[in-house]
Amino acid sequence: MDMNQYLDIFIEETKEHLQTMNEILLKLESFTYDKDLLNEMFRIAHTIKGMSGTMGYNNIAGLTHEMENVLDLIRNDELKTTEEIVDILFECFDQLEGYVTNIEQEGSEGENQSDELIASLESIRLGKTVGDTSPAEPESTEGQAGDASDASDMLSSLALPEHVREAAAKSRKDGLSSYFIKTTLDEKCMLKSARAYIFINRLERVGEIVYSNPSIEDIEDENFDLSFELLLISKEDQDYLEKEVDDISEIESIEFTELREQEIPTQDDQKAEENEPKESEAKQSSSPKEASEEAMTPKQKQEAVKKGKTGKTVRVDIDRLDNLMNLVSELIIIKTRLEDADGKQDAAKVNETTEYLERITTSLHDAVMKVRMVPIERVFNRFPRMVRDLSKDLGKDIQLDMAGKETEVDRTVIDEIGDPLIHLIRNSIDHGIEAPEVRRESGKEVNGTVRLEAYPDGNTVVIEVEDDGKGIDVKKVKEKAFSKGLITAEQKEQMEDSDAVELLFTPGFSTADKVSDLSGRGVGLDVVKTKIESLGGDIEVTSEPGVGSKSVIRLPLTLAIIQALLVKVEAEKYAIPLNTIKEITTIHKDKIRNIQGNKVALYREATLPILKLSELLSVPPQEKEFEDPDHTVVIIRKGDKTAGIIVDDLIGQQEIVIKSLGKFLNNIEGIAGATILGNGSVALIVDTNSFFRKEGK
Amino acid sequence: MSQTQQYVIFKLEGESYGIPIEYVKTIEKMTEMTRVPNAPEYLAGVINLRGEVVPIINMRKRFDLPEPSGAEEMRTIILELEEISVGMIVDSSSEVLSIEDSAIDQTISLDTAVQDEHIRGIGKIDERMIILLNLYKVLQMEDSEKLA
Repeated sequence: MDMNQYLDIFIEETKEHLQTMNEILLKLESFTYDKDLLNEMFRIAHTIKGMSGTMGYNNIAGLTHEMENVLDLIRNDELKTTEEIVDILFECFDQLEGYVTNIEQEGSEGENQSDELIASLESIRLGKTVGDTSPAEPESTEGQAGDASDASDMLSSLALPEHVREAAAKSRKDGLSSYFIKTTLDEKCMLKSARAYIFINRLERVGEIVYSNPSIEDIEDENFDLSFELLLISKEDQDYLEKEVDDISEIESIEFTELREQEIPTQDDQKAEENEPKESEAKQSSSPKEASEEAMTPKQKQEAVKKGKTGKTVRVDIDRLDNLMNLVSELIIIKTRLEDADGKQDAAKVNETTEYLERITTSLHDAVMKVRMVPIERVFNRFPRMVRDLSKDLGKDIQLDMAGKETEVDRTVIDEIGDPLIHLIRNSIDHGIEAPEVRRESGKEVNGTVRLEAYPDGNTVVIEVEDDGKGIDVKKVKEKAFSKGLITAEQKEQMEDSDAVELLFTPGFSTADKVSDLSGRGVGLDVVKTKIESLGGDIEVTSEPGVGSKSVIRLPLTLAIIQALLVKVEAEKYAIPLNTIKEITTIHKDKIRNIQGNKVALYREATLPILKLSELLSVPPQEKEFEDPDHTVVIIRKGDKTAGIIVDDLIGQQEIVIKSLGKFLNNIEGIAGATILGNGSVALIVDTNSFFRKEGK
Repeated sequence: MSQTQQYVIFKLEGESYGIPIEYVKTIEKMTEMTRVPNAPEYLAGVINLRGEVVPIINMRKRFDLPEPSGAEEMRTIILELEEISVGMIVDSSSEVLSIEDSAIDQTISLDTAVQDEHIRGIGKIDERMIILLNLYKVLQMEDSEKLA
């Protein structure tokens, strides 16, 4: 069966469940015991098991099943939560997360069967429950399976889902019997599904079918060979049932087997069997799925895997979609209105409609933006776990405070901002917060605090990472920068403290004396800064010695729409992002001098390198009757570097929608993207940063 | 058993070329184009295709054929391969043919303007020869294939 259509949903939901699991685990660790939490956790493990089982991800199903067993014991007070157990559960969580990532990226859960984890879970369970005779105890079923009758032989090929098992066990208590029925249709049977349907229908009159292999849907779609297996719960005895279905024609054979409780196979049975004869099974490749996979050529296989990869998804509140729908219908109404309006007669009406149209497009824009917005919670949620692990590793006691989790940012930002934040938090924990004994000596609270806060501020989103550690040692920073040759001795003496903090963002800078696992690998804050700048944001660090340091990240609410200056070069139009423009001026051509092949002008008592946009973009020159001696110069900046760009004409400031040039044309020098202008033509967006690289050479 | 596949046929300097139909998104008339600086020479520019910016390749330049006058029948075939949209300007395009896999000859070396490595095979149908292109080679997508 094709499961691909469900894959996205599966991944999305599993991730959500794992997130909740993560939160619960963290709480479990601090509160040790809370029945509700345990129940919730159990439920999650169970859900994931069910979902992954359906999707055919047996490794996930196997692991969650084992987790479930342990959790069940804990919530029934048969087992106490110890640190060891929580740690193992954490490991299981990591493993599950790994599986899901694998599925997302490669379309399969991977080979790792997590035998070790399952073994440790088992040992926890067995260690505490020797002699226990709970019905969910697989030990007993495993034992039974060995010396069982032909019934379990037959059953060994299938694993009954837990709910079926439970239902069968329950029915037994209620005095009902469960029957395993294997039916084989006559070879000549033409309408297999119809025949099977009659058979099933007949049985349903006298009992309840709780399980079928293949599934009822498959039977209905005739997706089965000649035989199918059912598990029926009924109050009637076997003879009565046999008589009931006796007269249905075209049936080759019906085998009834009454099941006693222990014979109902569990998934453990299957797992046990799967583990042992793994090799021989692989060689024989007896299951049809494997056989078909083998029949595929490597290329086909590759394609199948490729298809399995999933796209990015956003979960959208239905209200927002409704709102979008409303706006679109308004748009259609306006369109009809415009069609009706005769340009000459109803000039006023057209004007009015155009105004209305403008309002709608603005709202539509807002609505679509909102659809793309995701609470920053998605990023924040992984930090408690990270802080926990880090503080454990470093022997520091650190508390993480988070605020503004509900702040919404664009989906693209969510994907990109995670790594820079991890870096900053790691820095705070590793370099910022002192060891407990140091903190005690300096009269601070023993446990350090890292505060993470997000809040919207106008058209931007601000994310703050703050710690109450020792702050940034400016002297040390300067010293280090000097020793690395980043600044001169003179600069070292004169540099302001705030400027010195900026040094942290210089490539190849790291102040940690010890190279630890976490930070100090040479890639430092400069990577963070580059990343944030590539998102159109900026980062600022402030610090107070002995009190702590604070990083403030400011990001634009959306990446897709920016303000830009449209300029004309010969016949072509280009857009320059407004945030890279420092000012616009005119410079007389006599004031531009040629120094060693580079054009330079003196402007505001500083030298300003002058570049010609038409040359940078190799625009074909056109014949001109007259050339203005005053050049229009757009002064652009990158950091504290500036450069002047000569353009032919300014068109004006405009809000533009950034469109990618697509994968086929990525990395075109000097071009950052494209936008579509009001008249439908395409204008390219100039990547001013690339000009500085050129100029630097 | 032989399978048939449908191909969109286009003409270039009198020769017929075929592209598997599943790669073809739409076929458009020529529209206004924006030149892209620092791009390969055969890249004619980018167009606005219903809100999407799509790069367009001039197939004549790609295969070093002489530039024709902008004929009325010239078309832009918009392709979609592995999430990449790209268009190609051709002399004309007006038919779709079904060619049996068995009627495709893969060993022929032709004396055409197109380099051999760009050709996947020659399809024969009713005495006609259709040059089937290896789109990945034509679009120089080997690298992106590796990356994917």
